[in-house]
Amino acid sequence: MSADAVSLSALRYRWPGAARACLDIADFTLAAGERLFLHGPSGSGKTTLLSLIGGVLRPEGGKLRVLGTELAALGGPRRDRFRADHIGIIFQQFNLIPYLSGADNIALPCRFSPLRAQRAGNVSAAVARLAAHLDLPAGLLARPAAELSVGQQQRVAAARALIGAPALVIADEPTSSLDAARQDAFLALLLAECTAAGASLLFVSHDLRLAGRFDRQAALTELNHAAEVEA
Amino acid sequence: MRLPLWHLTLASIRNRGLATGLTLVAIALSVALLLGVERLRNDARASFANSVSGTDLIAGARGGPVSLLLYSVFHIGDATQDVDAARVDALRRHKEVAWLVPLSLGDSHRGYRVVGTTTGFFAHVRTGDRQPLRFAAGQAFDGVFDAVVGAEVAEALGYAPGARIVLSHGAGEFSAAEHADKPFTVTGVLARTGTPIDRSVLVGLAAIEAIHLDWQGGSRIPGVEIPARFVSKFDLTPRRVTAALIGLERRTAVFRLQREINASAGEPLMAILPGVTLDELWRVVGGVERALLAVSAFVVAVGLAGLVATVVSSLSARRRELAILRALGAGPGDIFVLLMSESVLLATAGGMLGVLLLWALSAGLAPWLMARHGVQLVPRLLDQRESMWLAAVVVAAVLASLVPAWRAYRYSLADGMTVRL
Repeated sequence: MSADAVSLSALRYRWPGAARACLDIADFTLAAGERLFLHGPSGSGKTTLLSLIGGVLRPEGGKLRVLGTELAALGGPRRDRFRADHIGIIFQQFNLIPYLSGADNIALPCRFSPLRAQRAGNVSAAVARLAAHLDLPAGLLARPAAELSVGQQQRVAAARALIGAPALVIADEPTSSLDAARQDAFLALLLAECTAAGASLLFVSHDLRLAGRFDRQAALTELNHAAEVEA
Repeated sequence: MRLPLWHLTLASIRNRGLATGLTLVAIALSVALLLGVERLRNDARASFANSVSGTDLIAGARGGPVSLLLYSVFHIGDATQDVDAARVDALRRHKEVAWLVPLSLGDSHRGYRVVGTTTGFFAHVRTGDRQPLRFAAGQAFDGVFDAVVGAEVAEALGYAPGARIVLSHGAGEFSAAEHADKPFTVTGVLARTGTPIDRSVLVGLAAIEAIHLDWQGGSRIPGVEIPARFVSKFDLTPRRVTAALIGLERRTAVFRLQREINASAGEPLMAILPGVTLDELWRVVGGVERALLAVSAFVVAVGLAGLVATVVSSLSARRRELAILRALGAGPGDIFVLLMSESVLLATAGGMLGVLLLWALSAGLAPWLMARHGVQLVPRLLDQRESMWLAAVVVAAVLASLVPAWRAYRYSLADGMTVRL
């Protein structure tokens, strides 16, 4: 894929009713296959940026190309479909639907995206393969997600983000609820899986200690001209 | 891609088992109540209508038409006055009258009404869809002390032709005054009709005269005792009867004959059209029926409100879940459909549970209703009318479900992929 994974220019967004823009980025690019660490303390517009790239929010102005598609030009349902088809997302915590089993949680994106289901092929085999890669025993997957430990939940979330080989994986502070030892292990697994799948990774965190393991790092406070100045 | 949402819906419902179960029970009970009231009302009307099929006019002492209908046909209440048997006999010879069956009421047998009549009763009275009476066993009465019992009486008291029974004076269940000196023999048992006839003991008019030979004004004449074997020496021609059922040669003459009877000279008589009087009765009780229906409809509304409350109160706890679904590619529309289908599924399941509950209840209570109130419940799961009610409940459920679904839709638009509380 020759196109960049994410390419923004002059991107602006203002929450409805807000007096001034909360996001104003002149230029930002994530290359295809690149693994980027984006340093984003709270208040830097991190959530807004991820929602824009995910197609949940629509920019007020500027260009927003994700995987070669101009998202600002798509309507709501098509942005939802685009997100379902091409983007895997991992949150900080509480990533899972508590009443579904681990396996059902991993398979969930295939239920919303026929394209990812098709790419995954045999969905239950794909679930088993990803679970094995991420050190999740098969017995654990049958249990409801609410019964898993936080570390196990994050690995299930990673497997869910990776199933059906989305071209872009967005991770929003996925390690902050894990202790230091588990952080390393989880990060290693995530980076390895993204590389194996050929997915671009946009990893957002306030924890600069993790930055060294990525291809490149950037700071959202420098990118975002609208960011509030914080201590 | 609607199938995956079903999977989510079911898992989500299972997850909140207790609250969901209780909501389901509330809806089931309210639906059973609503459909039960409707069923009882319709079946009661059908049972009553079945009891007077084929009778064109009922004649009796002047008074309220509804009360004449109630005591003559349905054995509810007592006649306050009787009429001259000769007047009734004269009516029988009227050229428009095809048949006339006199009724003499006032005695009972272990709580069941005794009806003094003629054998014409078995030939002319129709029940249900104009079905003639049939004997399940034996035959009509012939001798003075012969009796025919209805199906319910025979079943409840274990009577078969040949059984000896004693009649009591008055209609009370525990009547102290018995006609013990003049026992009757059961000669026939009628097949079940689903009408008050099932709960009747039928004897000849002469029998009524015979057992009251030594009575006057409701009690035994002191010192006078006429043994059964001597009654044939007396004139047993009835002098008074309570009412008469009349069938006409031509139905078109019914209003003319009614006017004629009502206007006739002598002791005041009244003739009623049973169908018209039944309608009048239903108009009287119609207000109560409507009130009952309204109350049951409100109970259903309360059930649905409970459902909405349960789902809405679960929503704030589920905002994160909805945000996750959004991140996975679910559109706000998907979220709407998810919440909608959850409530509608619950309401529909509750409704179906209610139908089953009603079915079980009506199967269980039908014999009691028949025995105590003469209302025959037609065994069925759901008839057309009830289906309409059920459909109305489901439509109401769909409308009520819009509340949580719309809220969830708003949440998912506002929250996007993250929960901002």
